[in-house]
Amino acid sequence: MADYRQMWTDLEMDLEKHDLLCEALPDAFGGIYLSQENRPQGMDFFDFVVAEIHGVRPAELIEHQQKGGKVFGTFCVYVPDEVIFAAGAISTGLCGGSQFWVPGGEKVLPTNTCPLIKASVGARLDKTCPFFRIADMYVGETTCDGKKKAWEILASDVPMHIIDIPQMKRAKDIDGFAEEIKEFIKVVEDFTGNKVTAQVLGESIKLINNKRKALQRLYATRKAALVPISGKDALLVTQIAFYDDPTRNAQMVNKLCDELEERIARKDGVFPENAKRILITGTPMAIPNWKLHHIVETAGAVVVVEELCTGTRYFENLVDESATTLDAQVRALAERYMKTNCACFTPNPGRIDDIIRLVRDYKADGVIDYNLQFCGLYSTESYLIKQALDAQGIPLLHIETDYSEQDFEQLRTRVEAFLEMLGK
Amino acid sequence: MIVAGVDVGSISTKVAVLTPEKITYKMAPTGWSPRETGLATYQGLLQELGHSEDDVDFVVGTGYGRISLPFVSKAITEITCHARGAAHLVNDSTMVIDIGGQDSKIIKIDQKGKVLDFVMNDKCAAGTGRFLQMIAAALGLDVAELSELSRGKTPLTLNSMCAVFAESEVIGLLAAGRDKGEIVAGLHQSIARRIASMAQRMGKAARITFTGGVARNEGLCSCLREVLGAEIIVPAECQLAGALGAALLARDYLS
Ligand code: SF4
Ligand code: SF4
Repeated sequence: MADYRQMWTDLEMDLEKHDLLCEALPDAFGGIYLSQENRPQGMDFFDFVVAEIHGVRPAELIEHQQKGGKVFGTFCVYVPDEVIFAAGAISTGLCGGSQFWVPGGEKVLPTNTCPLIKASVGARLDKTCPFFRIADMYVGETTCDGKKKAWEILASDVPMHIIDIPQMKRAKDIDGFAEEIKEFIKVVEDFTGNKVTAQVLGESIKLINNKRKALQRLYATRKAALVPISGKDALLVTQIAFYDDPTRNAQMVNKLCDELEERIARKDGVFPENAKRILITGTPMAIPNWKLHHIVETAGAVVVVEELCTGTRYFENLVDESATTLDAQVRALAERYMKTNCACFTPNPGRIDDIIRLVRDYKADGVIDYNLQFCGLYSTESYLIKQALDAQGIPLLHIETDYSEQDFEQLRTRVEAFLEMLGK
Repeated sequence: MIVAGVDVGSISTKVAVLTPEKITYKMAPTGWSPRETGLATYQGLLQELGHSEDDVDFVVGTGYGRISLPFVSKAITEITCHARGAAHLVNDSTMVIDIGGQDSKIIKIDQKGKVLDFVMNDKCAAGTGRFLQMIAAALGLDVAELSELSRGKTPLTLNSMCAVFAESEVIGLLAAGRDKGEIVAGLHQSIARRIASMAQRMGKAARITFTGGVARNEGLCSCLREVLGAEIIVPAECQLAGALGAALLARDYLS
């Protein structure tokens, strides 16, 4: 990474601790990513983003702030980014995906909290992540219990707004969510001093849709018999989409897709045609959580699709762009977001339908249900997924893990046994 | 054709050699070097049989040490190997329960010993051989004595599911003057329940093959029989199913 020490000092970060993170990342990334063969050239940009992850983008955000702009930090794919960008602000994902931050979170949270929440809280309180320092306001949501309480802890350290996400999807819940979006517009307007008009909101709906379309195009290339991009690389692209400038992100993803589509035409795959194709479903994989993908792909199988928040749940549905009044736009947003199927809803049959549909579309040979430890919602829903997939004759492996490396070999054994079962 | 299977587990290493005439086995404690023990046990058995490594056409390595064995032709997980070996030892069984030193696994299999589904517990010591060892030590007993001691005893209810807490609970019961046999019977029941709840997630099975060193514990077997309401069969070679399966897979691979 280039020298950003002055910037980090200005952000009042814990430099000594942060250095440890900066030292570990290149090795981890090199071992997992750069060791892959025949990678698409278009990945260079994304490699660069990772190499400079605590430098380049944070510097852009600070520049935006110096011009009077605001930065919002978010933790969930139900938070409508459109509203934030419409007010001339920038939204950035803040979920923690590294074990490095977990002990910091454990100082204030119960041990039986999921690592994603621990890492997110730890990154803030330990002052070791520039994104967590930069964000002027955090936007939380009422999804799982762990997060709801974590917001109250974070609120003593940073301005927070909480969006009330419904827990069911009845008509009145969607109406209620539309009301929440209106309130959120108000909060964002007050905080930024900018008005959200139908004009700007319409533009920002298109902006975010374009980013989603680019990711949809990327995932479509993974349906090819000879997959042109590894699951690891595709996951990285999705993870970066949470941080990067949406316009540039769409551009870079589309550029990568041009190359991938050419590769498909040339029949140039990154895995042999007989490699087993895996769908991963479950809890989100925040950057730099690449653990399961790495295990699967070093065992000779390829991950072809993620039914995750860092996957299809992030971009599958688009917002209707035809609305011209603010009310109609808010309605379109509410409807779009309520199509996303997270285990925090009850009942949540849509997720099971999604998994089965994606298995067919991506010709997956098997499904790995990935659960972060102590996530009660997803691990409970696993039972229903197992029943549904058994009925369809779709092989399933359930895995529960955290961010640490200690169960790496045990996971490898399970994954390899699963692949042997699929007839590797 | 001569083939071999080498199963390097956390506690013991087992080797099976298959010649056209017979199957022979050798076991040794794994110790601190899986790589050296694996090789030494393998070479030792070949020597006893009057063969050299060059005579062997294919070797499959399995167990947690499988990746550290340079001499194997192929590494296959213990799940797949256990399933294959267990199906060879016991006919018409549709499920394998294996309780090893560090983990326990439940495998659903077809007639040929192909894996249909599996679950594995390796996170928590409760429900593994290690747990039994810990408790035996707390009671001042050897694991081999547990079964005999619990015979005909009414199981005491143990509340702790976690190995660490169970250990202190057992110490507490001892201090309260409770009968060791009843404590052990309770211990067997709690492990059986734990295994059963894993097994029941895999659906029903009428005939279950029970393997791993812990399968020698008759007291635990009868608890499992009761809790699962199934026939539980413990083959004489219960500790060798993995090595045997590895050797059989080596033979499958060549033909
Ligand atoms: S898993 Fe649910 S709560 Fe978590 S980020 Fe995704 S949608 Fe939000
Ligand atoms: S993984 Fe589960 S527990 Fe963790 S933040 Fe997401 S919903 Fe909450």
